[in-house]
Amino acid sequence: MVVAAVKEYKFEPLDRLENFHGNQLLYVGWEDHLMFCAPFCFPLSPQMPFRAVLEQVLPGTYDYHPDFSKIDWGKVEWFKSGKPWRPDHDRTLDENGLKHKDVIRFRTPGLTGIKGSCS
Amino acid sequence: MDMQVKKKLGLKERYAHMTRGLDWETSYQPMDKVFPYVKYEGIKIHDWDKWEDPFRLTMDAYWKYQGEKEKKLYAIIDAFAQNNGHLGVTDARYINALKLFIQGVSPLEYMAHRGFAHVGRQFAGIGPRVACQMQAVDELRHAQTQIHTISNYNKYYNGFHNWRHWHDNVWYLSVPKSFFDDAMTAGPFEFMVAIGFSFEYVLTNLLFVPFMSGAAYNSDMSTVTFGFSAQSDEARHMTLGLEVIKFMLEQDPDNVPIVQRWIDKWFWRGTRVLSLVATMMDYMLPKRVMSWKEAWEIYAEQNGGALFNDLARYGIRPPKAFADACEAKDHLSHQLWGTLYNYGAATAIHTWMPGTEEMDWLSAKYPESFDKYYRPRFEFWAEEAKKGNRFYNKTLPMLCTTCQIPLLFTEPGDPTKICYRESDYNGDKYHFCSDHCKEIFDHEPEKYVQSWLPVHQIYQGHCFKPGTDPTAEGFDPLAAVIEYYGMNFGRDNLDFEGSEDQKNFETWRGEATRNA
Repeated sequence: MVVAAVKEYKFEPLDRLENFHGNQLLYVGWEDHLMFCAPFCFPLSPQMPFRAVLEQVLPGTYDYHPDFSKIDWGKVEWFKSGKPWRPDHDRTLDENGLKHKDVIRFRTPGLTGIKGSCS
Repeated sequence: MDMQVKKKLGLKERYAHMTRGLDWETSYQPMDKVFPYVKYEGIKIHDWDKWEDPFRLTMDAYWKYQGEKEKKLYAIIDAFAQNNGHLGVTDARYINALKLFIQGVSPLEYMAHRGFAHVGRQFAGIGPRVACQMQAVDELRHAQTQIHTISNYNKYYNGFHNWRHWHDNVWYLSVPKSFFDDAMTAGPFEFMVAIGFSFEYVLTNLLFVPFMSGAAYNSDMSTVTFGFSAQSDEARHMTLGLEVIKFMLEQDPDNVPIVQRWIDKWFWRGTRVLSLVATMMDYMLPKRVMSWKEAWEIYAEQNGGALFNDLARYGIRPPKAFADACEAKDHLSHQLWGTLYNYGAATAIHTWMPGTEEMDWLSAKYPESFDKYYRPRFEFWAEEAKKGNRFYNKTLPMLCTTCQIPLLFTEPGDPTKICYRESDYNGDKYHFCSDHCKEIFDHEPEKYVQSWLPVHQIYQGHCFKPGTDPTAEGFDPLAAVIEYYGMNFGRDNLDFEGSEDQKNFETWRGEATRNA
């Protein structure tokens, strides 16, 4: 027991996978584009193809930004927990090794936000 | 026969009679059972009588002082209400600072009341027990006077009517709420370091001075008055917080590392909560008192620096996060205001982009950071808003497991990179906004795996009204959450520009100064 307590202190974590109705959480951040104040949290099916994230999930979130339509997804650099990572667009989240509450980020070389300010 | 008249007791003697010798060793039950929480945190107390009372106030004197203050306060509140004082404030944007106060701060006063009543029961020494119980009464009074004062604004403006429910549910309010819940669920000594010392002593000036001088600068006499009414109490609370620290440190050398860890933790937790105040100072006050950065330099760097020099003789060093907290002073308010603006559809305050002159003020106050990192973003938003394309971010953000703030803070030393930290615990991942929030989690993961993170709760389906069907076609989760929050869409939230508050204030003030 790590916590200081007067008796046994054991509780279920509030964010267990089974609490999300078949979905798992995926966090996504776009580097150099801090106009979106923080990375996003999406509840997604582990069976969803990664391509669907790019084509169906991200646009509704990011397309306010003038840089978004300029992204060449073939040149995007990906990171998982901060380390370089290469997703297979045609495989599912699960097959790409993405687990509940994993965090991925993408960098879009040449695109650095409003007036190059990383906004 | 001469009468022998006893001399009246002096204040010191009276105080001693009312606070000492009232205790006894229990015999039916062992003392450890009567005071079950005093030992488990590891703090060793050998002699409770070494407690030096920082203020010698007896109950009879206490009632007399507080009664006089209440009379003055309520006289001013009445006059303020009768004279439509609310129409005298600089402009209606200011009123959003009061919304933030009633939603985020007043509920903490009430929790402080409960917290001090609790530790006032649990300490095994009569000195700190009396002091804590008196502070518990103070805190209840503060909650009450704030609610009464601000209720006058609720008659005229949106964003006030459901503050208690919002405090327990809404995403940005889970920041102050979880801060206090963390303290309340700690042991009595940690609570005293968290609230009595770190909050009331080290950081309180950064909370109350900005709000109260902000009120004065923006002609809100009613808020200034509840601030004054609380001020003499706050002075007592500060001395109590410092006395607790000194008492623990003098009682046993083993207490030093425990107290140090608590200071490290609660200083950081406190500065994270204060980012809301930073934003209020730099963005929500039409007439600004000083910048957040200037306030931080005076109250944290100078005053805090002097305090920790004084505590060095006990073997206490400044909080571990001190340098990182100081570095953030150039960025904190801009990053958080940008976040509130992003999620302006889900806040019970109005948000807006600063005007041209206000942006120039920010450039002057933040020469290192504003023009380079934040102005381009803000000007883009302002232009888009003019075109009728105001930015409303509708995707929920990733939150820090410890402070519950979205991951909006940047890496120390690089304001272009979001700071990501994570830990693995029992097969699950947990994410943090900083090294310090991660360290707090890593020390007591069992506690923080229970964090009630608003974003995750929404996705688990816990923030919809009964009968809501999230699988129905065309289901709008944001609208359903706003309904659950009890916010009126289009009145309590969205931009200040075009809001009902803005229109009403203009109309009413116009009626007061012009002929219809």
